[in-house]
Amino acid sequence: MKRILIIGATSAIATACARAWAEQGAHFFLVARNPHTLSQTATDLSARGAAACHTYELDVTRIDDHPAMLSSCLDTLTEIDIALIAHGTLPDQTACEGDAPLAVEEFNLNATATIALLTILATRLEHQKSGTLAVITSVAGDRGRPSNYVYGSAKAAVSTFCEGMRARLFKSGVHLIDIRPGFVATPMTQGLPLPALLVAQADSVAKRILNGIEHRTDVLYAPGFWAWIMLIIRTIPRPVFKRLSL
Amino acid sequence: MSASALLSWGQHPPHPQIPHTCHWRDALPGTLTELARTHGSTLAFGNGRSYGDSCLATSDHVLSLRHLDRFIEADWTRGRLTAESGVTLEDILALAIPRGWFLSVTPGTQLITLGGAIANDVHGKNHHVRGTFGRHVRRFGLLRSQEGRLLCSPDENQQLFAATIGGLGLTGIIEWAEIQLLPIRSSQIHASVTRFEGLTEFFALSDELDRRYEYGVAWIDCAATGRTTGRGVYMAGDFAAEGGLQAARRTNLGVPVTPPISLINSLSLHAFNEVYWRKHPRSQQPRRLGYAPFFYPLDGVRNWNRIYGPKGFQQYQCLIPRDQAESAMHALLSAIASSGTGSFLAVLKRCGDLESPGLLSFPAQGTTLALDFPQSSRLDTELFPRLDTIVREAGGRLYPAKDAHMLGEDFRRAYPAWERLEALRDPALNSRFWTRVTT
Repeated sequence: MKRILIIGATSAIATACARAWAEQGAHFFLVARNPHTLSQTATDLSARGAAACHTYELDVTRIDDHPAMLSSCLDTLTEIDIALIAHGTLPDQTACEGDAPLAVEEFNLNATATIALLTILATRLEHQKSGTLAVITSVAGDRGRPSNYVYGSAKAAVSTFCEGMRARLFKSGVHLIDIRPGFVATPMTQGLPLPALLVAQADSVAKRILNGIEHRTDVLYAPGFWAWIMLIIRTIPRPVFKRLSL
Repeated sequence: MSASALLSWGQHPPHPQIPHTCHWRDALPGTLTELARTHGSTLAFGNGRSYGDSCLATSDHVLSLRHLDRFIEADWTRGRLTAESGVTLEDILALAIPRGWFLSVTPGTQLITLGGAIANDVHGKNHHVRGTFGRHVRRFGLLRSQEGRLLCSPDENQQLFAATIGGLGLTGIIEWAEIQLLPIRSSQIHASVTRFEGLTEFFALSDELDRRYEYGVAWIDCAATGRTTGRGVYMAGDFAAEGGLQAARRTNLGVPVTPPISLINSLSLHAFNEVYWRKHPRSQQPRRLGYAPFFYPLDGVRNWNRIYGPKGFQQYQCLIPRDQAESAMHALLSAIASSGTGSFLAVLKRCGDLESPGLLSFPAQGTTLALDFPQSSRLDTELFPRLDTIVREAGGRLYPAKDAHMLGEDFRRAYPAWERLEALRDPALNSRFWTRVTT
């Protein structure tokens, strides 16, 4: 029975992963900000076969509250086999450009809070000498684009942080997977004019994530074709890139 | 407001629907109010398996509930399941089968939502034993634009309970529902398959096999003429007593694109039907197969509706009362065969005498015939009027969930309770079907 901590448990990708784990009878500690949607998610997972679902209300930007959450989680799960960090927002780029406090607030939610969580979780997993940290970043972190560089830079910060931390944790047998989804049909992307052919469903992304965790993949693009798209995008020379309105 | 517009399963009439997706129950009242305010009215949209225009909003702005797909409570000792209305029957079966339960009533596809199953009071191969889907609904939550959230059951808000079952989504938004499941000991079907030469033989087989088996349905060769009119293949079955409890794997096979023209024409139809009929045995042969190929043969090919090309197709499904059934079916099949159109997918099924709980439920005692036709303008001007006359004279009726053509006067005659439904309709909800047949 897997013992799984999910932060941002009501996000569409996290839910899709959790449903697959629930079928295997996992034991969950679910963390999210909204108590209503959190309890609906927990009920769903219980009905789908989860051995147990504990819920915990947390605003991830309140970094001082993180240790209490972790200790409550450990009281329940004892040890953590998988910690999935899935919270996030898609900032309004244009609004951020004219509003420094907003840009910082968004950055804090998508990067600083994640880095803080990773820091306390890594220490814990290092101590137990097992487990997987799974972090959802984004293909947007691979390159700063004018249309969403607040989001992109936050994800890039987390990805770089992960790369270093992975090497540190490797020595103690703890794995860290950096999951970079492309466009996924979720409430976060609702209303965006996305190219329909590139939009994946949360279910299929989740299947890939579970597989990546199982096989201890380091960096996982989801769906897989994004690895090729991003390879091309990363090779575009800067003088050309700055003239593109991506 | 997600990306792509939606059509009904038959892709006809071609009125693309703008989906407004709701992800959480908490957001439903606000979204409903907002849609009604900006667009006049809306309609709940599930997984888009209604064939004609009953799932199309008059305003062309639908409230998409496919993402309200959470389970709320599962009682595996009594086989009771409560879920949000956007879960599909496939989701339910994936959960229920390994625990020894199946849907009490299932239609020929598992790709419909729970809400859609109630709103159309669907029926299946065991109608003669269990009646319609609505008979196994214990209660549901209904959201109305004026009254807010209501609990409906046979004991509470009875009028709305009856009006919502088969109510085509017009009485309110079905938020969640609790259903009673059927215990099974195996997910395998013990079936008996036999071909028959004509309608008289079909009715004799149905008399004999419906008494012995929980499930029964026939495939009809709609291209057969003259002496062979009404020939087909009868499939009866029961859940086996042993053989494991396994939910079927989801298929990846599908029709990836819409071909420029329909792949179904009279040539391909004749050849296919002849071969299909001949490959089945003359006498009853036992067979064992999984529940998926038995109940859901078409679900094996995703997006099969695309084979009809960009113009889409219409399904004609009628119910003829018992006394008139044989003669009317003969007349219908002769008219269809002589028209030279039709499709491989033609189904004949006898319905039993169990009463449907819904005001506007389609099934009743009699025989139902369903078949698909590639869309063409001649369908509505030539063949369908001929068929409608036969159905009208036999005192029969058409199935709103499949319909894109029936005349308002035929609807109002066949469903006299329509005025009671109209009186209970939520003013924030309306469909193209309802506007068409009630005005």
